[in-house]
Amino acid sequence: MKSHVWRPLYVVLIVIGAVLVLRKIMVPSDFGIGARGYMYGWHRDGNEKDWKKVTVKYQGAEYCKECHKDKWDEIKQSPHANISCENCHGPALGHPDDPRSLPIDRKRELCARCHFRLEYPTSGRGHIRGIDPRTHNPGLECVTCHWPHDPRKEGHHK
Amino acid sequence: MVHGEAWTLKEFFTYPNEYIYWTIQIVMYPFMTGLVAGAFVLSSLYHVFEVKALKGIARFSLVFSFALLPVAMLPLMLHLQQPQRGIEVMMTPHFTSAIAAFGIVFSTYGMIVASELWFVYRKHFVETAQGLKILSEKTPVQKFQQLLFSALTLGARDISHEALEADERAVKKLAGAGIPVACFLHGYAGFIFGSVKANALWMTPLMPVIFICSAVVSGVALCILTYIVTMEIRKFLAKRKKAAYPDLPSPEELKSAEVHVVTMTAKYLLMFMVAAITLELLDLIFRGYTAVKSWDILRSVIYERDFVNIFVIQYGLGNLVPFVMFLLPGLTIRRAAAGSTLVLLGVFMMRWNVVIGGQAFSSSLSGFMHYVLPIVPDSVETFKEGLCGALVVAVVPFCIFWVLNKVMPVFKETH
Amino acid sequence: MISRRSFCKKTLLIAGGLAIPLSALEIFDPGRLEAEKTDGKPTRWVFLVDTEKCVGCGFCVKACKTENEVPYDANVTRTWVERYAVTKDGKTHIDSPKGARDGFQTTKFDIGEGKFEEIKSQDIDKAFFVPKLCNQCDNPPCVQVCPVGATYQTKDGVVLVDRTWCIGCGYCVMGCPYGVRFFHPVYHVAEKCNFCYHRISKGMKTACVGACAFGARRIGNIKDPGDPVTRVIMTERVNVLKEEYGTKPQVFYLGLTKEVR
Repeated sequence: MKSHVWRPLYVVLIVIGAVLVLRKIMVPSDFGIGARGYMYGWHRDGNEKDWKKVTVKYQGAEYCKECHKDKWDEIKQSPHANISCENCHGPALGHPDDPRSLPIDRKRELCARCHFRLEYPTSGRGHIRGIDPRTHNPGLECVTCHWPHDPRKEGHHK
Repeated sequence: MVHGEAWTLKEFFTYPNEYIYWTIQIVMYPFMTGLVAGAFVLSSLYHVFEVKALKGIARFSLVFSFALLPVAMLPLMLHLQQPQRGIEVMMTPHFTSAIAAFGIVFSTYGMIVASELWFVYRKHFVETAQGLKILSEKTPVQKFQQLLFSALTLGARDISHEALEADERAVKKLAGAGIPVACFLHGYAGFIFGSVKANALWMTPLMPVIFICSAVVSGVALCILTYIVTMEIRKFLAKRKKAAYPDLPSPEELKSAEVHVVTMTAKYLLMFMVAAITLELLDLIFRGYTAVKSWDILRSVIYERDFVNIFVIQYGLGNLVPFVMFLLPGLTIRRAAAGSTLVLLGVFMMRWNVVIGGQAFSSSLSGFMHYVLPIVPDSVETFKEGLCGALVVAVVPFCIFWVLNKVMPVFKETH
Repeated sequence: MISRRSFCKKTLLIAGGLAIPLSALEIFDPGRLEAEKTDGKPTRWVFLVDTEKCVGCGFCVKACKTENEVPYDANVTRTWVERYAVTKDGKTHIDSPKGARDGFQTTKFDIGEGKFEEIKSQDIDKAFFVPKLCNQCDNPPCVQVCPVGATYQTKDGVVLVDRTWCIGCGYCVMGCPYGVRFFHPVYHVAEKCNFCYHRISKGMKTACVGACAFGARRIGNIKDPGDPVTRVIMTERVNVLKEEYGTKPQVFYLGLTKEVR
């Protein structure tokens, strides 16, 4: 190794050493091969817990049952039984602590999601009765005439 | 606007999240690494295979290859959504991904070229350092230069005949070892595209080979072009400084050397051009012949929407015209320069047609996306991933080359 | 002939030289498997979509965006619904306006660049809706191509993205045949549906499953033979998207027909 031709190799080894040191500092200690092996499981293990910690916004259908039993019973025996409360009232979040009350979305576009009439006989959509919002009382809120918790009933005409 | 929305026009049915994510910078990246690989191969043709006629351009292309290396990283830095995390490719490489090879290949190649350059210029470093050392009064610039050149010698100051012969042997070995690495540097770029089964245009085993061949083509063409331009500058300077420095080569001497070098290099250019175009046409013919599910939309992209980009610009202007220009007898410097420029255009369009063309159709195979290159930037994003960003990437290698030339002069006779 | 001394010297040199890269391989040690204790039953999440039941209301898309904090106005979404209409002339028309975030409230089909195509109901032979989301594939091509290990698959089959590690190269976005990945407009890293991992890990259902009033979306555990979703997948005629890519997708479709992209 006396020959000067090996000098660049020393420089290379120093650079490689520097990269390895940098790796030791930069890479989190829980980074490695996971349950799915190297190809599909190469990751920082702590990230799985990070994702589990995300705040839940929608509390689900059963959440409202206890406190709002009257409305719950009403809607559950109506054609709208399977619609989740949070579809029209937004996510429950920390209700009743925060927010104290949930909004009521009365926009025509909300109801038109299902009730804009599309003549598609080969789809469930074709079996939903609907209207054309451009001709059916344009500008008027649907709930004026229709009661959303039981669409067989009349609206509150407000 | 989400990333990609600003420059994507969607037609018919495309998936909601589909935009053109890989834009001009991803076109520039294989283009620049192709130039790197090509320039290196050209230099190695002299050092390894002893094609004597290429001596004049060998040193030049080696330095230029090194000047292009940091620039190869630049388009990636401009493209990444989190460029400060780019180093993670070296820290936690996931080698099942072709992009992870970047860290290793890039560093290996960089180290080989740097080492080779060191051996080629060691005598120059030693002589310059010694020349500066004996100066009694040094300006601050000269002090810096002495420090720099002393450091660059790495302490190996023996410039006896045996030592220089050892240098030559080392250069030969490195140039030989560097050829497969240079091929890998660009072959993996082809693999990045060729292995994406989700993209009907990219998916082909031919992609790495096509990329390598067209990389060599671009590297050689760029060296011819830059060599011609640099020779013109030298001739201009020689004329002006003839009186002060009578031992400089005369313009006539420079000119005759130039034509010879260019003619020889052009032969290699043509060989690789033939290889590159053969593979590309093969790929196209196979696709049309086998006509798999994606062929309908690919046909409409290749033969209708991108017809001008592919057949007129890339194949016509970028391949056929320069091919004829180089083959016609009596090759002049001007014709070689024009031909080389057109070849570079052709190689650039090949990258464009692969990268952008591959995103011109939706994965749904029922819709199209049109890429509108941002010309005037209205945000950081449209600057980085628009014409301005591409121009930055195009100009920087020449700036670096100019700086490198001060330390490792390409035309000074040091042997 | 090499001398014994020279041979020993060179061997030591090679061994020493190899020690450096081999030490770097410590992180690739396949023996270092995690000793994960299985809490309860083994789990592999799968999804069931019933295209006969979907009405295209888009409540799933709205719920997903809210639950997973994807900006409502951004033109990207973790899940979407596609509308198909096959007309009497044999043409298939497909659209997904804003990913069906606002449902489908027009008979006109969005054909891009602000243009619309009127499809008259009397011309339609068949029309239906197809919800789409990440398939959490068994052979995820997006995970394979991540250069830094920012995206990965958990033991229970969900593919996640580490927002602190993703470099935003977009290779995973290009690698997905289903187009489910995108760049998050706020975090500027790769993003996609993750089966509401924070919800299913707590025993809840995903936001889209909760929002669907028609039972078009269901989530289950294929490793639990008693799971109703598992029963359907095992006993009824189900299909998957783009099987030819070999990704082994885990979202199963009832009523998936040849028109579906």
